[in-house]
Amino acid sequence: MALSKDEVLAGLAEIVSEETDIDTAEVTLDKSFTDDLDIDSLSMMTIVTLAEEKFDVRIPDEKVKDLVTVGDAVDFIAAA
Amino acid sequence: MTTLNVRRGPEFTRILGLGVARGENAVPNDALIEPINSSDEWIRKMTGIVTRVRANEDTSVIDLSERAARDAIAQAGIDASEIDAVILSTISYPRITPGGAPVLADRLGATPAAAFDISAACAGYCYGIGQADALVRSGAARHVLVVGAEKLSDFVDPADRSISYLLGDAAGAVVIGPSDAAGIGPTVWGSDGSASELIKQDHTWLEIREDRDLPFPTLRQEGPSVFKWASFRMAPVALQAIEAAGLTPDDIDVFIPHQANLRIIDQMVKQIGLPESVVVAKDIVDSGNTSAASIPLATERVLRDGVAKSGDIALQIGFGAGLVYAAQVVVLP
Repeated sequence: MALSKDEVLAGLAEIVSEETDIDTAEVTLDKSFTDDLDIDSLSMMTIVTLAEEKFDVRIPDEKVKDLVTVGDAVDFIAAA
Repeated sequence: MTTLNVRRGPEFTRILGLGVARGENAVPNDALIEPINSSDEWIRKMTGIVTRVRANEDTSVIDLSERAARDAIAQAGIDASEIDAVILSTISYPRITPGGAPVLADRLGATPAAAFDISAACAGYCYGIGQADALVRSGAARHVLVVGAEKLSDFVDPADRSISYLLGDAAGAVVIGPSDAAGIGPTVWGSDGSASELIKQDHTWLEIREDRDLPFPTLRQEGPSVFKWASFRMAPVALQAIEAAGLTPDDIDVFIPHQANLRIIDQMVKQIGLPESVVVAKDIVDSGNTSAASIPLATERVLRDGVAKSGDIALQIGFGAGLVYAAQVVVLP
């Protein structure tokens, strides 16, 4: 059964927090990975890879640039 | 029926001697930031690099190789004439043909050793070690000189933000020969040509012939994709090499990965699950990414700094353009 968006957000927030030390409460749908959370391209790839493992989805490298906000990533993972 | 003789070599091999030659100049980040509109802080954060070693304009790949090789041969305690094969791993030797290895062998006085170049980019040193180990154990050669050498500064674009600022010039050499005990574990190696576009020379020689307005070819990479592949897909390869040697991560004294990027090294340590007691080579901070030379350079560094010693068990893994990769466990010379 597919995960709800709330479940994906909660799981993604844990991954982001682990990689960056940002509090999970700060990881909300409207936040931009680069502009708001200050996540660089290499940390983003780490988050993407850990999300692939956690949610058992594949996120192609060329798709990562389209995941601007946390909401973009949650939508992609929930729909995968 | 006529039967052919076959050769058989010794059961075990080891690294008998190691030598390195770094480019003469330590180039700081500040010297490279203007054309890429960057900062010392950004380069340190993204790569860990503080300086990279680059050679003088008139220093060649062969010059660096010769310096490193002479020290390796001296430490091995053999004469150059006792070398039966010379393997030069490089992607920056500026001729398509002839290769650099015969020239190097001649300079060293190793003639008529078999001599050939291999193109396995940043995995080239570990590819060479795997081949040398096999050549000695098969009886095809008694002593093999393996050299990883690059003058990458000849193939960088100062305005390129993808890879050029990482790269340095250096050579590392080892002599592989017979041993009473196993000093080189099985090589775990492979390739994935479906991702050949991730790290490459930007224009082919034929494209440049057809369009004379194209600039001299330089190197490019898809940094984040390479980071992901190296950081997460190489850990299983490293674990296979440990297992193939009959060991566990707890048996490893030193981890000497290709010095591509400090962020990759840190993530690999985490993914492999190496104990905190393992010394991790981080020569990239001062030497930059020297491709095929980086593992022997980092080996020399941990020995020189006294954080590792002769006889220690080292896990080494190279990975890069191809994509290609190779790993093995070795006993440090």
